[in-house]
Amino acid sequence: MKKQLGLKLMALILILSMGIAGCSKSSSGGTKNEGEKGGSGGGTLVFARGGDSESLDPAVTTEGESFKVTENVYETLINFGEQDTEIEPGLAEKWEESADGLKHTLKLRKGVKFHDGTDFNAEAVVFNFERWKAGNKERFYYYNSQFGDVIKEVKAVDEHTVEFTLNRVLAPFYKNLAMSPFAIASPAAVEKHGGKFTENPVGTGPFKFKEWKRNDKVTIVKNENYWKKGLPKLDSVIFRVIPENSARLNALNTGEVDLIDGVNFSDVKSIEKNDKLQTFFRPSLNVAYLGLNNERGPLKDKKVRQALNYAVDKKALVDAFYAGAAEPAVNPMPKTVAGYNDAVKDYEYDPEKAKQLLKEAGYEDGFEIELWAMPVARPYMPDGKKVAEAIQANFEKVGVKSKIVSFEWPTYLEKARKGEADAFLLGWTGDNGDADNFLYVLLDEDSIGSNNYAYYKNPKVHELFTKAQSTNDQGEREKLYKEAQEIIKDDAPWVPLVHSKPALAGKAEITGYKAHPTGSDLLSNVEMKK
Amino acid sequence: MLAYSVRRIFSLVPVLLGLSLVVFFMIRAIPGDPAQVILGQLATKDAVAELSKSLGLDQPWYVQYFQYLGGLLSGDLGESLRTKSAISEEIWPYLAATMELSFFAMMIAIVVGVNAGIISAWFQNSWFDYTAMILALVGVSVPIFWLGLMEQWVFSYNLEWLPTSGREEVRNPVNAITHLYVIDTLIQGRTDQLVVVLKHLVLPAVALSTIPMAIIARITRSTILEVMRSDFIRTARAKGMSMFWVVYKHSLKNAVIPVLTVIGLQTGLLLGGAILTETIFSWPGIGRYIYEAIGYRDYPVIQSGILVIALIFVMINLIVDLLYAAIDPRIKYR
Repeated sequence: MKKQLGLKLMALILILSMGIAGCSKSSSGGTKNEGEKGGSGGGTLVFARGGDSESLDPAVTTEGESFKVTENVYETLINFGEQDTEIEPGLAEKWEESADGLKHTLKLRKGVKFHDGTDFNAEAVVFNFERWKAGNKERFYYYNSQFGDVIKEVKAVDEHTVEFTLNRVLAPFYKNLAMSPFAIASPAAVEKHGGKFTENPVGTGPFKFKEWKRNDKVTIVKNENYWKKGLPKLDSVIFRVIPENSARLNALNTGEVDLIDGVNFSDVKSIEKNDKLQTFFRPSLNVAYLGLNNERGPLKDKKVRQALNYAVDKKALVDAFYAGAAEPAVNPMPKTVAGYNDAVKDYEYDPEKAKQLLKEAGYEDGFEIELWAMPVARPYMPDGKKVAEAIQANFEKVGVKSKIVSFEWPTYLEKARKGEADAFLLGWTGDNGDADNFLYVLLDEDSIGSNNYAYYKNPKVHELFTKAQSTNDQGEREKLYKEAQEIIKDDAPWVPLVHSKPALAGKAEITGYKAHPTGSDLLSNVEMKK
Repeated sequence: MLAYSVRRIFSLVPVLLGLSLVVFFMIRAIPGDPAQVILGQLATKDAVAELSKSLGLDQPWYVQYFQYLGGLLSGDLGESLRTKSAISEEIWPYLAATMELSFFAMMIAIVVGVNAGIISAWFQNSWFDYTAMILALVGVSVPIFWLGLMEQWVFSYNLEWLPTSGREEVRNPVNAITHLYVIDTLIQGRTDQLVVVLKHLVLPAVALSTIPMAIIARITRSTILEVMRSDFIRTARAKGMSMFWVVYKHSLKNAVIPVLTVIGLQTGLLLGGAILTETIFSWPGIGRYIYEAIGYRDYPVIQSGILVIALIFVMINLIVDLLYAAIDPRIKYR
């Protein structure tokens, strides 16, 4: 009896293993063609990315991978431009501002319906704002950080008119409205799904939600009743998670996926040589920098910080680690942001000058610091360790010895936030393309303990930032920010390194894809050319 | 045997309790605040303080621990800080994905490993023996990361035989019922999808199988060698029994206990240790689920995830212990 059982088991194992082997053989050539199957018409786009979405309700998350999907399911009252952060009509067709800047009246688009068939109207807008306002503060993070103490009241004047009353002037009011977290959700669906709304998104966007397998993929399909005639062109989009950069590129090469983000800059050349593929670059809305803790050791001295600015060869970094798809950074924000100061001249790469300054500061024989290397790859920092090594060599030349250290990511941030780092690599990607979103957030004294990791403090700069926040005269604001950038350049709280253009790659058949600087791409114009 | 099983299962309680305590403290000892990580760029001091409060992280540790323990006793694994979903609902698809992958990896490891070990022992010091044992050494030492990428490059990109990653053809998805896709496709009679699912399993299963395969091969070889020197083997040979039957029937049966032990341990290890394979082949398994939770300091997911894996690990070892008695009549449990 026992013998028979053993034999049977063995036979089963053998059959199973042969089955696996057989399948592997019979599949030859199969994988390539699967990519071309699709529905009728526009076909399917498989977009592979590094991480899964956290929530498909954009109001309750802060994470970019979530917005990548929700951007296509929901719409905002105001839109950003196709590839910039200029404001354009969205669900609101027109808007008007009162003379004192405290009242904003928005005329809504007529005839728009949510995916569940209910009407989009002024009541729906009011419902959304009230939901965010009434909810827990920590649940609706973005609402609270951008509008929390600013919006006094949102009122439906008539079916298609909403009026916002503010407590104080908010210069980037419309830019904020265009941010993904302020997309308008169907009130009926929010009420129906309650706590499960994060997994059952319903908006007015070009695509409808279909399925979400966590850590694997999100599927959205064409909204047949979309108010923009003829759009979207695709039948469906599948967002797939492939965590490893090289594995993601492998999947693109075999045709399993159509479009990938997070392409290693070192792979860009080989992709460009391949006729079947094409590359895309996201316009830069970021900055990578070497923060210098203004309260630690020799770095307290402005001359030392300036010296380190002269010591770093940014051009070499761009060539070595960004395949040229980046620009050396002069100011803490990229050129595309209104208020950028063109007149600020960067510290040239000049080791002699650096030595000179160090001598003046009394550090003729140099000193030793810790140099923190980011442990994770980010679009603005493809390889923290290697960039740190290059900077270490730069510093060595001017007599500054540095020890490279790194920690696992949350630890790294926590320690840096507590001011435990001397010099540290970090970066920032803008949310709405406003100068306030770079300068105030990263370098104001109010931001110490959150995003001002350099512990930079200058009362004059603080005054300029606060003034700029409370006026809605764009010309005046730009003047204030320009002045601040000059002071910051002289104070040298960081070594601004680069503004990178994150790389993506896709099949040659893709047309109509435009990478948006915020990282959330609208895919309604994308098509797979046959 | 029943009494033994019951006793063994009860003895798990202090083990799991101790484990939950260790995990609970270890993850809190590492720096990094969940509220901070969840808020990311928007983490202002006030926002962090408020979020910590609403997540219950401002409570003393013992309150947090006993709350967690109380939940566990009523079958509640807690709620993910990041996704706000119940872990007991969220965890199964991940666990199923890993179980499926580990099962096939162990199948490959056992079939190839045991046979390689037997043949090496049978033809000790032959070229096969040397090659197999060198390969086994390579098997335990080669980085899975490298092996996985090479597999993709050779079998997917160049030969175009197999898909590079994932569990299914995303354009033609499997309708998940049990989340074990091989079973799901069988239930639904979708043999076309079954083939696709099996194709997706090959590369990650092979990559994952290398280490256990190598270990099983070496253990099998050494135990068989030992058994072959026993008197009863000489007697069997003297009776004129063919070498094949001597090796595969008599020696294997007597060598099976240590081999089975290693198989049990390795299966348990695979469940939690598949993170690298799951990352390269974007396999949505439990290893990656917990690994990502560590990055987000998602304490409840880390705690409950590790606990679930530990539970499965000890259960597998219990089954192995019970199998000893089934296989070897000399072993009795009381």
